[in-house]
Formats: sequence, structure tokens, C-alpha cells
Amino acid sequence: MRHLMNPLDFSVEELDRLFDLANKIEKNPAEYAHVCDGKILATCFYEPSTRTRLSFESAMTKLGGRVIGFADANSSSAAKGESVSDTIRVISCYADICAMRHPKEGAPMVASEKSRIPVINAGDGGHYHPTQTLTDLLTIRSLKGHLDGFTIGLCGDLKFGRTVHSLINALVRYPGTKFIFISPEELKVPDYITEMLREKNVPYEEVIRLENVMPQLDMLYMTRVQKERFFNEEDYVRLKDFYVLDTAKMELAREDMLVLHPLPRVNEISVEVDDDPRAAYFRQAQYGVYVRMALIMTLLGLAS
Amino acid sequence: MLNVGKIEEGFVLDHIKAGKSLSIYEHLGLDKLDCTVAIIKNARSEKMGKKDILKVECDINTLDLDVLAFIDHNITVNVIKAGEIVQKKELVLPQQIKNVIKCHNPRCITSIEQELPHIFVLADPAKEVYRCKYCEEKYRENAIF
Repeated sequence: MRHLMNPLDFSVEELDRLFDLANKIEKNPAEYAHVCDGKILATCFYEPSTRTRLSFESAMTKLGGRVIGFADANSSSAAKGESVSDTIRVISCYADICAMRHPKEGAPMVASEKSRIPVINAGDGGHYHPTQTLTDLLTIRSLKGHLDGFTIGLCGDLKFGRTVHSLINALVRYPGTKFIFISPEELKVPDYITEMLREKNVPYEEVIRLENVMPQLDMLYMTRVQKERFFNEEDYVRLKDFYVLDTAKMELAREDMLVLHPLPRVNEISVEVDDDPRAAYFRQAQYGVYVRMALIMTLLGLAS
Repeated sequence: MLNVGKIEEGFVLDHIKAGKSLSIYEHLGLDKLDCTVAIIKNARSEKMGKKDILKVECDINTLDLDVLAFIDHNITVNVIKAGEIVQKKELVLPQQIKNVIKCHNPRCITSIEQELPHIFVLADPAKEVYRCKYCEEKYRENAIF
């Protein structure tokens, strides 16, 4: 039985098969509308995450399956003090597959050790959020045709952003990748990431201003710069506009550059950019459903 | 100089970092064994300046070499039979250690899930880095149980 805990649990070849399936589903959804008839997905969300939960629920429903679950810890037995180990043993009796989000790091792994059904980590604190990374990779591969040889700009909060760290770890497996990290000094990518890149001889640059590197980018992955991450208001006010993507900055970019964002977006991408054909973040949310459909089928052994 | 007599059957842990012998005594569970144990602290050493030595008169199989290797793989393990050293065991860093060190990450599931073992996995043998199996937090030296 397979689980998904970490975006690197699947090899590059396995990811290719997963993404091929997701693209087939995208082209011909009707063919997959009943592959999960009679199957049940349990969404065990110990902290609220409407977007991820609905994406999973949409994915299972589109495959013909049904969904049970809870949307926050207060409406579950965890409020009565039940352990994750016990909860998953019980859920294993009710469902065929489980997507779990938990504020504590490693909780889905504990569940997977006691589970009789496949467990998908739907986010464990600041640790991993593998289906977001799969979504990002599928979006790039679908819109660009491949995953290797890109110069990728990652912009905003690169220190605390787990989606950014996961994406970097996933993309280093593809040859010819170059990273440009665009962030204020306070929110630079952690040392262990740059050490890993140097060890693997993956080129990277660290810059402060987005404008300066826009023409080089094949992809721009935006994240939010949160006010509370700064030591003082003055620095925040001085730097915040550096990390807001607007039409003026988009004019510096290549015709075929893609803008990605894990969403929710607050103000780091100006709404005027939404109509630009290079803005891919809402299509990204759509690919999130396709990749979760392909993942559910794969983990249930229904992919072939 | 202090003299501690030879042991007939058992093992001698040599080249223990000075001051660490009591911690090893504890982690190997020697307090639970009904046998002779000599703890020698701050012995003179050409190699180390000073060192600790543990002499234990019991079967070598009662010793958890994995725990010992995790604590300090530079310790020399001499197996004694009939008063003579019959074997010198090399210590290899264990791939995994259970309930020897504790994960101190407050965001880790081990902080709330009852009876979950604290398991650390060898993440980087060259740098001797262990990480919590669940949250991957790096082990820090003061986290020993």
C-alpha cells in the first residue's frame, strides 16, 4: 500500500505517469466519471483549509466516489482527546482512502503507520504540502510541455514558505533548472536550501528587486510577503512594493513567461495582471483537481 | 595512580570523552544490571589528554552497540574473555535510534501523540546528522532523554 507524505515520495518516472494520467483526465473527464464508484474518501482536516479540502472533495466526486470527513479539529474526536493513531484505525473501517491535514508536523505519517488505507498528507504544519507541489509541477508541465531546463524566479517570503521549499526540492531533480530567488534580506531562502543547491551544482542567484530579473524568467512563482514577518513597519513599507506584481513589471517579462501562485492571493499580484494570458494561477487551481484525481486513482490502484 | 583490577569476562569501553561515562552508564541501562561496573573518570590518555573508561563484567550481548555508537562512535569496545582482550568491536552509526533522544520541536506530532516512540533517522552519515522521523527536525545535543 502506498501513501503520499513528501513530494519526493514519487520518482521522476512515477510523477510522469501521474501527470500523464492527470492530462488524460483533463482531456476526457467523462471517461473517468465512474472509476471510483463505490469508493469513499475521508477528508480528516484537523485545521481549516477550505481550498485544499474542496479540491480533494471535488476530485473524488468527479471520479464518481463519495466523501466523508471533518473540517476542523473541534468537530472531530480529537476534541475529546483521541490520538491520530486511533482516529485513522477507525477511519480505515469507514473509507477507502484518507486525505489528512494536521497542524502538527508528521501527523499524517503517524496515521500512515497505523492505517489500512492509503493516506495522503494534505499539509502538516509548516512541514510538507505534497499535493500543492504536484499541482505546481503539473501546471508547469501541462502549460510548457516539460519540466527541465527552466529559469524559475521565486518571489516573496522564501524563508517560511513551505510551498517554495517543496517546489525547489522537486525541481532540482530536473536537469537544466536555474533558480532566481527574489526576496528581502529578512525573508531569504534558508541556508540548508542554498547548501543543497551548491552540493548538487544547481545554479541560483539571490536578488532583492524583481524588476531586475524579470526578462530572464521562464516562470515566476509569487508568494505573499506578510507584514508580521518584518521587525519594523518602516522596512515593510519600504520593501512591500518590490514584491507586488503589476502590469508595469509584467511588461519586462518574456511573452511566454508563466506567473504561478499557490493562492490565496492578497495584494502581491495586482488584479490587473489576472487578464494577462501569462497569469496561470487560476488554471493552477484547476490542475490541482486533476492531479488529486490522478493521485486518488493511483493510490487506490485504479490507474492502469 | 588509581588502580582498577582486570575483569575476567565482559567488556571495556575505552576512549570515552572525559566526563561522558555516567551518561553512557545510564543510556546502556547498566544501572539495571546486577554485575560489577567500574567507572573511571578523567584517566590520563596520550591521545585525548584525559578520558573516561567503563569496565563491565557481563555478557557482551547485553550491550546495545547502536546506542553507544550514536553517543560516540569513537569509543573503543574491547571484549574480554578469560582476562584477555579477544575482540575489538568497531562502532557504526546506527540507521535509526528509538527512544534515546527526544524531539524537542513543539510543532512535532510527538509532542502531543501519546506513547509515540521518538525515532531519529540518520540523515547525513558524513556530517552525523540525525533527524526526527516525523518532523525531520535536526537533533541537537541537549535533547538526550
